[in-house]
Amino acid sequence: MNEIKCECGHVNPFGTILCESCGKSLSGTEEWKPSDMRYEGSARRSQTYNRTIVDKIWNFFSSVKVAIWLLVITLIVSAAGTILPQKMYIPPSVSPETFYGENYGWFGKVYYALGLHELYSQWWYMLLLASIGVSLCICSLDRAVPLYRALKSQGVRRHESFLKRQRLFGVTKGENLEEAVVKLKENLLKKRYRIREEGNAILAEKGRFSRWGPYVNHVGLIIFLFGAMLRFFPGMYVDEVLAIKEGERKEIPGTGGKYFLENKQFIHEVYDKNEHEAFAAALEKKGQIDKNFQTDVVLYKRSGDTVPGGEVKLKKEKEESIRVNEPLKFDDYALYQMDFRPILTGMSFLLIDKETDEELGEVRIDLDNPESRYDLGNGYAVEILDYFPDFDLNEEGLPVTRSKAPHNPAFVFEMKAPDRPDGEISFVAVQQTMEPYGNNKYKMQFSGIETKNVSVLTVRKDLTLWIFALGGLVFLVGLALGSYWNHRRIWIQKREQEIWLAAHTNKNWFGFKRELKAVLAGTGINEPQDRHETKGESR
Amino acid sequence: MKKKRLLIRASVLTILAASVIMTIYANLAEGGRSGPETGDKAPDFILTDQNGQRHRLSEYKGQGVLVNFWATYCEPCKEEMPLLEEQYRKYKNEGVHILAVNIGETDVVLNRFLERHELSFPVLNDRNQEVVDAFGVNPLPATFLIDKEGTITGIHEGPILNEKMAAEMMEKIKP
Amino acid sequence: MIELSENLLMIAFIVYLAAIPFFGGAIRQKNISKGKKSLKSWVTVAMIMTVAGFAAHLGYFITRWLAAGFAPVSNLFEFITFFGWCIVAAFILIFYLYKTPALGLAVMPVVVILLAYAGMFSGDITPLIPPLQTHWLQIHVITTALGQAILAISFASALILLIKKVDQTKRNISNICLEAILFFIISVIGFIFVTVAFNALDYSASFQRTNQFGAKETIEYKMPPVIGPNEGKLTAGQFEPILEAPAIIDAKKLNTVIWSFSAGIILYILMRIILRKRIGAALKPLTGGINEELVDEISYRSVLIGFPIFTLGALVFGMIWAQIAWSRFWGWDPKEVWALITWLFYAAFLHLRLSRGWHGERSAWLAVIGFGIIMFNLVAVNLVIKGLHSYAGL
Repeated sequence: MNEIKCECGHVNPFGTILCESCGKSLSGTEEWKPSDMRYEGSARRSQTYNRTIVDKIWNFFSSVKVAIWLLVITLIVSAAGTILPQKMYIPPSVSPETFYGENYGWFGKVYYALGLHELYSQWWYMLLLASIGVSLCICSLDRAVPLYRALKSQGVRRHESFLKRQRLFGVTKGENLEEAVVKLKENLLKKRYRIREEGNAILAEKGRFSRWGPYVNHVGLIIFLFGAMLRFFPGMYVDEVLAIKEGERKEIPGTGGKYFLENKQFIHEVYDKNEHEAFAAALEKKGQIDKNFQTDVVLYKRSGDTVPGGEVKLKKEKEESIRVNEPLKFDDYALYQMDFRPILTGMSFLLIDKETDEELGEVRIDLDNPESRYDLGNGYAVEILDYFPDFDLNEEGLPVTRSKAPHNPAFVFEMKAPDRPDGEISFVAVQQTMEPYGNNKYKMQFSGIETKNVSVLTVRKDLTLWIFALGGLVFLVGLALGSYWNHRRIWIQKREQEIWLAAHTNKNWFGFKRELKAVLAGTGINEPQDRHETKGESR
Repeated sequence: MKKKRLLIRASVLTILAASVIMTIYANLAEGGRSGPETGDKAPDFILTDQNGQRHRLSEYKGQGVLVNFWATYCEPCKEEMPLLEEQYRKYKNEGVHILAVNIGETDVVLNRFLERHELSFPVLNDRNQEVVDAFGVNPLPATFLIDKEGTITGIHEGPILNEKMAAEMMEKIKP
Repeated sequence: MIELSENLLMIAFIVYLAAIPFFGGAIRQKNISKGKKSLKSWVTVAMIMTVAGFAAHLGYFITRWLAAGFAPVSNLFEFITFFGWCIVAAFILIFYLYKTPALGLAVMPVVVILLAYAGMFSGDITPLIPPLQTHWLQIHVITTALGQAILAISFASALILLIKKVDQTKRNISNICLEAILFFIISVIGFIFVTVAFNALDYSASFQRTNQFGAKETIEYKMPPVIGPNEGKLTAGQFEPILEAPAIIDAKKLNTVIWSFSAGIILYILMRIILRKRIGAALKPLTGGINEELVDEISYRSVLIGFPIFTLGALVFGMIWAQIAWSRFWGWDPKEVWALITWLFYAAFLHLRLSRGWHGERSAWLAVIGFGIIMFNLVAVNLVIKGLHSYAGL
């Protein structure tokens, strides 16, 4: 642990390249290297100690080279995930295992086998993002501290060699230099430079804060990633789907039975051809264009007990319309309009005498809650012996239902009439009728359907949002600081009959040179030479 | 100085590593059940059976309860009904009850089913699927074993295959 | 109003096109001798024309906005024309800062090609579907386009640097890559040529096939089918396709790509025959008087200015809107992923430059690749990879 004492008297930590105070090269080489200024030549600790395993891991993550590799690997892997659709975007009814193989051949099979179909939730993808996070933390810690030290303790009076090795450097010889310096200071102040003086040395500096931009934006990113981490912990994040029929009232999933929603009606509008002259051409070509998806809802809050299945006492909270881009917000929750579909809710049948075609009455069946018996008067009645909401035949050829949703309703009716007191049996499904016990006198004739729209809403609670917002804001502020402001420094030293001037900016050299020109105008001090131009452009 | 540096580095790395591992673990665990786990307290519920009688889970405190979620269109559910019926007759007097919760089919369908199968244990209809949601039931059938303290001691997703298995379940929650 | 709008766009297009030779003249004269008065006039004329075109272009934007009732940034035609406008705006800004006519010579052709490319898509004013009915559409798209336009300036500037720096004495990897970039640009011109040509001939052929979800679909070709759809049956049109595409690929788009590249190859070969050297080598003398440090700095500075704007528009505003419309701010939709890739790429660019000292030629190659990613996201992801953003596609 050798500290290095510079000839100017400042004590530098081990590994320092340029003295923190006077800028003299401590490595012994006098050759001009532009990269020396990146971290002010300060000691990046990671590069100097490398003994234990902890140091080795630390050094690995503190390397910008490693960080760039991580960025590039993440970039390539992420791109690979877009070649075929992700699992969440394929039809939910098909199994992913067969979908990829069937549609994309061997490539699809490989894609599936590698787990690229849900790449962005693979543990190794998350590990990759996490490594970027770790790298962000360690790189920033490792550089921000020494940079802070170096900028804080930088001296006004710099070593001759430091001045000489700057990209912009010039010497002016002549008389009346005192006057020139006074004028120069005036000009510098006008350009908002902060001026420090020490004997015959002057340091003019501005925009130092912009050096902190990268660290601020990295802190923003760390906050952002922290938010992403929190999301996986229970209670922070709710993502549920609520499919609700018109006229229906349902518990909102994910709210723990506290909230209920009633769907009053669903509205689907399309653009009218005569609505707007400018749209005529597009509507002509495309036919129909959607204008509005809207669910009119009433939100209720449960009061008292929230025992599932128990009695429900509700208090009306608000009545609103949910549209795309206009979610309904309550408590920490928000309901979003995502989709809609029409579904079958009712069917009607006429009881008909097959010989006379006489209509003996109509049965209207609520498919979600059919009655077991419908009286039609005059001794006519229809009983539902069996109901298959989602009718299909099983392996033995018997009628079964596949689910409880009325996708394909079928009924076994018993039709009772004064002349058939024991009833006649008829099996009725969509577009098919069977009479299992021979010729019937009566039949149930399909006479109409009722449909209603099911509105599909996403239920969302996200307590991590503000962390993301904060992270994003900090990141942007840091990025702006680092990108739109420059850290500019001008060192001036008066020597007998000479003025030495060296200047440095962390970026935007042309703008800096223009500013220097303006600052030096009328002072009689020469513009410094740009070493990049005089040394030739080979690098 | 050297020790201090090592300590700082080690602790920063430990914190980072711990949070990464926790996050990835939480993500992997996320794919599991959405409802209560074994060892959790069973969510209370109130439902009405085929005879119009109300059943509240918490009122069975001190006794074991087997809660079975089923539907008429689920073949394995239908196949395990006789097994449950048999066990119910055996254990009814030993303080173990069976509550069969239908996942909210229509009355017509449910009544026709009950007419055809002789079941003496209470069959409850979860009209609005609130109980199904509270228990996080996904594939059917699903059976929850609840002991006399109201704690879930076992979750079985899938059919009850034979008498032995059914009997073991009943034994497990016998008070 | 719509007609006026279209005319203004046409005027802008012609004026931009006409400005190119003036930029050429400006740098040619600069090469011969510096500082004479007559030379300055070339630059002045070129810039006056650019600003005039820019004004007409703005007129198009405003009149179309008035006609439609919303900012015209809602479909691919509108986005690309607006993107072109942003590039001109960014160019004027950079010109004001650095006074480099050479940049105009690189930027203006890009703008002209973009506008022509936009013309290949339907220019009808399409009413907004529900997800687009929000101010976030304008905020998100305008900021993103502006950010990408500034990054496009970085590309143009990098291209100049490469043309100047790449060694053309004998064949090497660098000048092959440079030729590849120029070939891509020529292929876009090829695409415009073949599209216009077959439109003029009113060509069409149609196929029928069953798609992966079992539904029957009809595919209409606007160019003769070199490659036909998987298991597709020709129902109208003269030529049977030579090859059949595998199911994974959208045959119609592949066919268009094949035609565009074929036209590109023909154009490229023609140019090589006329010039008798690599196109990069032919362009190289034009860059003689250009200060290499300057174009390098313009390229870097454009990334510094454009990257935060891109982040703000594409990622931050995009996330806010996605949260409002789709209930989640990030959904790994292909367009989102490619915006992230663009962002990661430019982040790597900045780190390489700041920490690893990648300047000059190396940094220029990166700027070119970065813009390639932006273009890929604009063209390929919209047209080829289906995602939530594809409603903006056609």
